Amino acid sequence: MHYLMLICGNEEWEPSPAELAAVIADTEAWVKEMDGRGVRRFGDRLRPTGTATTVRVRDGETLLSDGPFAETKEQILGFDLIDCADLEEALDIASRHPSARLGSIEVRPLWPFGED
Amino acid sequence: MAVRGGLTETGRAVAAAFREEWGRVVATLIRMTGDWDLAEECAQEAFARALERWPRDGVPRRPGAWLTTTARNHALNRIRRGKTETAKLRELGTMADTSARPDQGGLPDDRLRLIYTCCHPALPVEARVALTLRTVLGLTTGEIARAFLVAEPAMAQRLVRAKRKIRQAGVPYRVPPAHLLAERTASVLGVVYLLFNEGYAATEGSDPVRSGLCGEAIRLARLLHDLAPDDPEVTGLLALLLLQHSRHAARTDGAGDLVALEDQDRSRWDRAAIAEGAALVDEALRRGEPGPYQVQAAIAACHGTARTAGETDWPQIAALYGRLEAMSPGPVVRLNRAVAVAMADGALAGLALVDRVEGLEGYHLLHATRADLLRRLGRREEAAAAYREALALSRADADRRYLARRLGEVRRAG
Repeated sequence: MHYLMLICGNEEWEPSPAELAAVIADTEAWVKEMDGRGVRRFGDRLRPTGTATTVRVRDGETLLSDGPFAETKEQILGFDLIDCADLEEALDIASRHPSARLGSIEVRPLWPFGED
Repeated sequence: MAVRGGLTETGRAVAAAFREEWGRVVATLIRMTGDWDLAEECAQEAFARALERWPRDGVPRRPGAWLTTTARNHALNRIRRGKTETAKLRELGTMADTSARPDQGGLPDDRLRLIYTCCHPALPVEARVALTLRTVLGLTTGEIARAFLVAEPAMAQRLVRAKRKIRQAGVPYRVPPAHLLAERTASVLGVVYLLFNEGYAATEGSDPVRSGLCGEAIRLARLLHDLAPDDPEVTGLLALLLLQHSRHAARTDGAGDLVALEDQDRSRWDRAAIAEGAALVDEALRRGEPGPYQVQAAIAACHGTARTAGETDWPQIAALYGRLEAMSPGPVVRLNRAVAVAMADGALAGLALVDRVEGLEGYHLLHATRADLLRRLGRREEAAAAYREALALSRADADRRYLARRLGEVRRAG
C-alpha cells in the first residue's frame, strides 16, 4: 500500500546550528535507510508557507488566496510517498523520521482511482 | 440477536454457544476473508442455522467447530455468488476445518488478533470499545448504543467508520510484534477496564444492559490472562475486576440504592471471587513489576479480605494509594487517596488533602467526599452545602438518592 507522509512542523522553530546539523543528518540517514529498503518512492521538502497559494473554485469562480489552507502554527514542511505492507509498517517508518519528534507526521493511505 | 431469548434447551445451548463462540467464529472468518462485514454476516447466519438445525439434529459435540464450518461455507457461497475474488476463494478453498486446527502454542490466536485489531491505537478510543463489544462479544449496535448512551445511528456510524479505517488505511489484523506488545496491551487493558466501569459505575440513569458489561469485561480479562499469563498487569486487571465485582450483590439495597462500602452486608460478597482475586494479586506482585492495575487490585484485596468494615487496613490502603498516585498521578487518584488518609489518620487530614485536589470542580464525588468529611467533623452547614453541590452535579439515580438521604440527615441533625 502507498502512504503519504505529510511532515508537519513549526516554521518558527529556530534551531541552533548544532541542532540543525543534527536534524539534517538524522533526516538524511532516514532517507538513505528507506531508499535502501525500497520503501520510499518519492519525497521532498517544501518551500515555507509564505510561498503557498491556496486554490478554491466556488460557483465556477476560481478563488486564489495567499498562504496555506490552515492558519495554524504547524505547517506541512515536506512529504514522502512510501510503499508499505500495512499501516503498522507505515507508522513505524514515520515514527523514525526526525520530524516526528520535532513536529508531527500525518500518515494517510493513497486512494487510487477506481477503488471504493 | 434473537438467539439470546431462547427458552428451550437447544435455545439455551445456542445462547451459550453465542457467548462462548461468537468472537472466535468472527475472528476466524475475518482471517479467512479479510472482510469484517462479511465475517459478521456469516457468523450471524451460522447462529441462525443453529437455531434451525440443533432442535432437529441435536446439539453438535463441538458447537464451535460446527458454527465455524457453517459460517465458512456460507462465506464460500457468498463469495462464489458475488464477483469472484480469486485470492479469497483460493484461501477458503484450501482451508481445512480450521476450527479443529490446534492454535499455535494452544492460544486462540484469531480472537487475540481480533481484540488487538479492535484496540489498535490508530482507531479513536470510543470506537475501540464499541468495536470490541460488537465483534468480540457480539453485542448488537443497539445494545452498545444504550450502554454508552448515544443514539443508535450515531453508534452505527462510529462502527462503520472504524471498520472503514481498518480496511482503507490498512490496519493490520494481527497481534502486534514483540516490541509493541506491551504498549498495545495497555490499550487493550484500558478498553476492558472502561467496559467494566461502564457496567459498574453507571454514570447516568439505570439500564439493565450495563450489569452485563461487567461479566463480559471479566470474560475478556480472563481470555487475556490465558493468553498472556506472564504479564503482571494483565493478571492485575483480572484480579481487580474479580475483586470489584465480588461486592456486586451487596452494592445496592432492595430499592436499588447504592450502599456505601462500610454499610454493605459482607456475607453477600462473593468469597470465591475474592479468594481468586487476592491470589492473583499476590501472584502478580511477586513478579516485582508493580503497575496501576496491580496496585488497584491490591487496594481492592484489602477491602475484600477485611472481615468487618472496622478491620479494614486503612494505613495499608492509604500507602497503596500513595504508590498509585506516584505511578499514575491524577485528581481522581488523589481524591481516593484523601479518603483513605481520612480513614487512617482522621477526617481532618483527609479534608486537607481533598481541598488540595484540583481539576475536579465539576465531579460530584469530590463534593460528596468533602460533604462526608465535613459531616464527620460535625461541620453540618458546610456539609449540607457540599451535599447540595454534589446533588446538582450527579446524574445517576442511585447516587442522587444516596446524596439526598445524607443531606436530609445533616439537616435534621442540625
